[in-house]
Amino acid sequence: MSIAHDVHSAPAPAHGGGHGDHHGPGPLDGKWSAPVGHALPTSTGLDNRKLLMWLFLASDCMFFGSLIGTFMVYKGRSTVGPSPHEIFDIPYTSVSAFVLLMSSLTMVLALAAIQRNDQPRLRIWLITTALLGSVFIGGQYYEFTTFYSENLTLQHSLFGSSLFTLTGFHGAHVTIGIFWLLYMTAMSWTGRLNSEQPLFIEIAGLYWHFVDIVWIVIFTVVYLLP
Amino acid sequence: MAVTLPRPQAPAAPAQAAPEYGTLPAYHGFVSWLTTVDHKRIGILYGSTAFAFFLLGGLEALMIRIQLATPGSTFVSPDAFNQLFTMHGTTMIFLFVMPMSVAFFNYIVPLQIGAPDVAFPRLNAFSYWTFLFGGIFMNLSYFFDGMPDGGWFGYAPLTTIQFSPSHRIDFWMLSLQILGVASLAGAFNFLVTIINMRAPGMSLMRMPVFTWNTLITSFLLVFAFPAITVALILLMFDRLYGTNFYYAPNGGDPLLWQHLFWIFGHPEVYILILPAMGMVSEILPVFSKKPLFGYPFVVYATVAIGFIGFGVWSHHMFTTGLGPIANSFFAASTMLIAVPTGVKIFNWMGTMYGGAIRFTTPMLFAIGFVSMFTIGGLTGVMHAIVPVDMQHQDSYFVVAHFHYVLFGGAFFGIMGGIYFWWSKFTGRMLDEKLGKWVFWLVFAGFNLTFGPMHFLGVDGMPRRVYTYGANQGWSGWFGMDWLGWNMVVTIGAFIIMVGMLIFIYSAFKALRGPKDAPTDPWDGATLEWSLPSPPPVYNFAVAPVVRSRDAFWAWKRRPQAVEAGENVATLQVGGHTVGHAEFEEEHPSEEYLAQERNAYYADPATFHIPNPSFFPIIAAFGLTCLAAGMIFGYALSIAGFLYLIVAIGGWAMEPTS
Amino acid sequence: MPFPRASGPGRKLILLSLGVALTALLSGCANVPHTTVLPKTEAAQKIQDLYVLIFWLAVAVFILTQGGLLWVLWRFRARPGHELPEQTHGNTTLEIRWTIAPAVILVIMAVPTIRTIFELESAPPAQASGLPPLVVEVVGKQWWWEFRYPEIRKPNGEPLVTANEMVIPTGRTVYLHIISDNVIHSFWVQQLMGKIDAMPNHENKIWFTAEDPGQYFGQCAEYCGIQHAQMRMNVIAMAPADYEAWAQRSAQPAEPVTDIAKAGAEAFVTNGCAGCHTVDGNPTAIGVIGPNLSHFGSRTTLAAGILQNTPENLAAWIQDPQAIKPGNFMTNQHVKPTDVDALVAYLHSLK
Repeated sequence: MSIAHDVHSAPAPAHGGGHGDHHGPGPLDGKWSAPVGHALPTSTGLDNRKLLMWLFLASDCMFFGSLIGTFMVYKGRSTVGPSPHEIFDIPYTSVSAFVLLMSSLTMVLALAAIQRNDQPRLRIWLITTALLGSVFIGGQYYEFTTFYSENLTLQHSLFGSSLFTLTGFHGAHVTIGIFWLLYMTAMSWTGRLNSEQPLFIEIAGLYWHFVDIVWIVIFTVVYLLP
Repeated sequence: MAVTLPRPQAPAAPAQAAPEYGTLPAYHGFVSWLTTVDHKRIGILYGSTAFAFFLLGGLEALMIRIQLATPGSTFVSPDAFNQLFTMHGTTMIFLFVMPMSVAFFNYIVPLQIGAPDVAFPRLNAFSYWTFLFGGIFMNLSYFFDGMPDGGWFGYAPLTTIQFSPSHRIDFWMLSLQILGVASLAGAFNFLVTIINMRAPGMSLMRMPVFTWNTLITSFLLVFAFPAITVALILLMFDRLYGTNFYYAPNGGDPLLWQHLFWIFGHPEVYILILPAMGMVSEILPVFSKKPLFGYPFVVYATVAIGFIGFGVWSHHMFTTGLGPIANSFFAASTMLIAVPTGVKIFNWMGTMYGGAIRFTTPMLFAIGFVSMFTIGGLTGVMHAIVPVDMQHQDSYFVVAHFHYVLFGGAFFGIMGGIYFWWSKFTGRMLDEKLGKWVFWLVFAGFNLTFGPMHFLGVDGMPRRVYTYGANQGWSGWFGMDWLGWNMVVTIGAFIIMVGMLIFIYSAFKALRGPKDAPTDPWDGATLEWSLPSPPPVYNFAVAPVVRSRDAFWAWKRRPQAVEAGENVATLQVGGHTVGHAEFEEEHPSEEYLAQERNAYYADPATFHIPNPSFFPIIAAFGLTCLAAGMIFGYALSIAGFLYLIVAIGGWAMEPTS
Repeated sequence: MPFPRASGPGRKLILLSLGVALTALLSGCANVPHTTVLPKTEAAQKIQDLYVLIFWLAVAVFILTQGGLLWVLWRFRARPGHELPEQTHGNTTLEIRWTIAPAVILVIMAVPTIRTIFELESAPPAQASGLPPLVVEVVGKQWWWEFRYPEIRKPNGEPLVTANEMVIPTGRTVYLHIISDNVIHSFWVQQLMGKIDAMPNHENKIWFTAEDPGQYFGQCAEYCGIQHAQMRMNVIAMAPADYEAWAQRSAQPAEPVTDIAKAGAEAFVTNGCAGCHTVDGNPTAIGVIGPNLSHFGSRTTLAAGILQNTPENLAAWIQDPQAIKPGNFMTNQHVKPTDVDALVAYLHSLK
């Protein structure tokens, strides 16, 4: 604070060394700034960027909630067109849902790998996750071209509008995730590591699991519920 | 007999100079403003831009009032009028009150919690530039098909392509999406900052109320904005890609728009008022010389308002035919929200009760807030009575209500905040005598403008009308067509204008003067007053250790009183409980405090100040082009997308120190 | 003095006197055709009763809070030589009291509110006359109102269709079924009832019983586009016998009698009016885009309630509708002056 103050030759260490058993970083260790590569201590102990991802996911929850709500409001209110039970191929979509679910498993394995600093394994699992995600997207692409050929389009009916908008935005989220995973794979491959890599993988994992959970909800509400 | 309290002294110059920004061109002059990531500069940018939009919105209001002063006026055409009221509402809400609140969040919150900056400085800059470009983009519509004319609430089906075929609504819709990104980015930033970057000892219940309100407002933004994002996406798909979300002949339901919009829209009004309430909660204690009465209850009440605020949205839809059960539920929830609001008002009054009230300009605005917001709150409760709302809805009675809470509330609070913290931002004081003129003119003009609107509403005058007949009873006193409440309202609006012109003059006059404001002109209670005016780029050379609420008062008055019963055992640093053996509780000695200051002092030369960066402004520009391309052609969208990707890539790779 | 029982005469008397006081306060000096505080039906009176209650409660709270605030500001203003005042932090008992007290007041308000909501939003109560409610279908248009009477059948079996002026009998409940076929509008005749929105795809219903004959003025209350401001309507209440006479006369087509009126009937077709407007008895005039003009001559206003239905006003309207109501969907047909006179005669003959 604004007080007259003599600067000594070096800032005094944090309140005596006697309490050497205090856990983790002490009161700033006499420095307001953190050494390069270390984050400042936070009030909760949670990293700022991880907290940011959680908050972003909270808003994304509301986002998908509104889209899912729209779909549910319009269920059964289309004036034309193929109805859900006529056009859905539940077994097919179940398989692609399973694929996405497995990709969450591989994401967890990727995180486990980086936590033991196993870069090769990390890359394998990241690529697998991206691959599984791509299979999911490919499956959706095929499914939607089938729908289009059977006259269910974005414009055709409320069912088409709400279905494609909802699943389209979900697919966009998955696609962004795939690119993100590939980017992290590339960083690992080219040796551009930094000590915060486990944190970044974890954050990406949060995003990826969220996208998967949203799909579980969409699959249930859109495909499974009558 | 006056007791002199120990006044903080000006900080001694540290032995080594604080780091300058460096010698790259990005760091100096005009360009340094484009690349700044310093929360204080971003606050100034937000505040100046928001104020400019306020003047624009005010001009739109004056034109509306000239047109409506007399029946059958042809001052503006019906088309122009409909654009004016749409833009007035949209501008004041999205381009003035919200960004002006963010200006204060930016400047003040890190100082109040003892932080060096916000959690994500570049994201902060990105929020600002996105806001600026979004606001400019919306107003660019003037040069094309005309400005948006669907009302600020844009009800479908009027805003669908079938009934609004020109690009006006496209500009509106896309700008709001851009502005939404800015608001969300800002909300994330402030949430992480407040949750994670508080000074040692500052538990949540020791935070200043302004910071609390920032926290709650940011939560409201995070949960409310996605609803309007989806509403606008559905509208965009209807308008651009031929879907039928709101097109009734193909099954679409216009009520869907209203539900989604108001699920956003009601929390939005709390987003508009909570920051001003926070400012008032800072100002009243300082100028009553006693702490905020009932701090925990004020906090809990604000949290309650945040929660309940998500459960009242359909009170904007009482006349749409939701049915008696829904109407009863929302009537009840709307009445319920009046309870915590009342609690806050009583606590503000309790703060002044027993105090020693100094009637400075910020205090006048804060008192004005309490008084005018109460009136607006009372008329709000009237609207909650559904059958009564069947007469009030869409009439000037509602216009009166929300202007009492938004102008008499939010705007007065903001003016109080401007007067209160001006010296901290600029190093100069605003002239108090002129300030009193500003307050009384604005206060009188405001009441003359919006008071009679209650009568017009009861007299059955609907809103959003560009004219009215001489025989409809809303004019015609003493047989003179032109004289009536509408004329009084217009005169009041011009009185507000005069008051604000004096304010602008007073601001310029202050800025031309020397930077001679005292650090702590008001005997402030919170940490920002411990810093020079304006603060150095790194904010705090010594991380303040906080032992109580009103941390700066406590520090100044430590010989007399330290908060009794504060539980120092809950002191957290770095997520680990340090334990109360670490810090002497209750009555630390001067010697102890000096040791602590040493422990928390850092040489400013070692400070890690985030580098300025071009990527936020480039990303913001890219995003705007991406949106604009939906009107001007996909080539622009693709270009915008590429800018955005490049900016994000650069942002990710850029070293932060 | 204990507050009188819910249904007792004492309570009615208190409400009445408060209502009169409020009305006197708010009525203003000028004639206010759209006033919301001079209800002319029982339905509107129920709204008024609630308003009177909340109004005076609000006034009481206003006086208490504003008065309290002013007193605090005077009593605790800083005076020279004042020490630091006592640094009170709060008072939990007070907090509880001033949380509970407003909640109690609100609960008191909530009870009659919810009761009135259900009363007004249910089907209309049975009437002493034994007659079923008169259903009138209301369709909001840009920027006028269409009224259909299923109960009144024309010779060809179709219901009577009219526009902008709704004629109703006194003493019989009128049940409005309100919808839109374009954007959202809102039907608001202040002295008869509160407003309800005219939504596409979603019919809304309100009911009321006019007690006194007379003309009641209303206006659209939901922004619906460029001419929202000039979308008014009238409701004309007549004694039942007069209403019957009107209904019988309206069901039959009106025939032009004079030569100039007959010339106007032809001009109606040659100038394109028939493409948008229907006039019963004129076989080519079957357009449904604009208001039905079958008995236009007996309407008191034109262009959706904004002008008196005089020959001068009608002539001005026909010659340049865009000058009076810019942006409305009646384009300027560049009618020759002789045709204008004929048309005026024709339309005013349709009584």
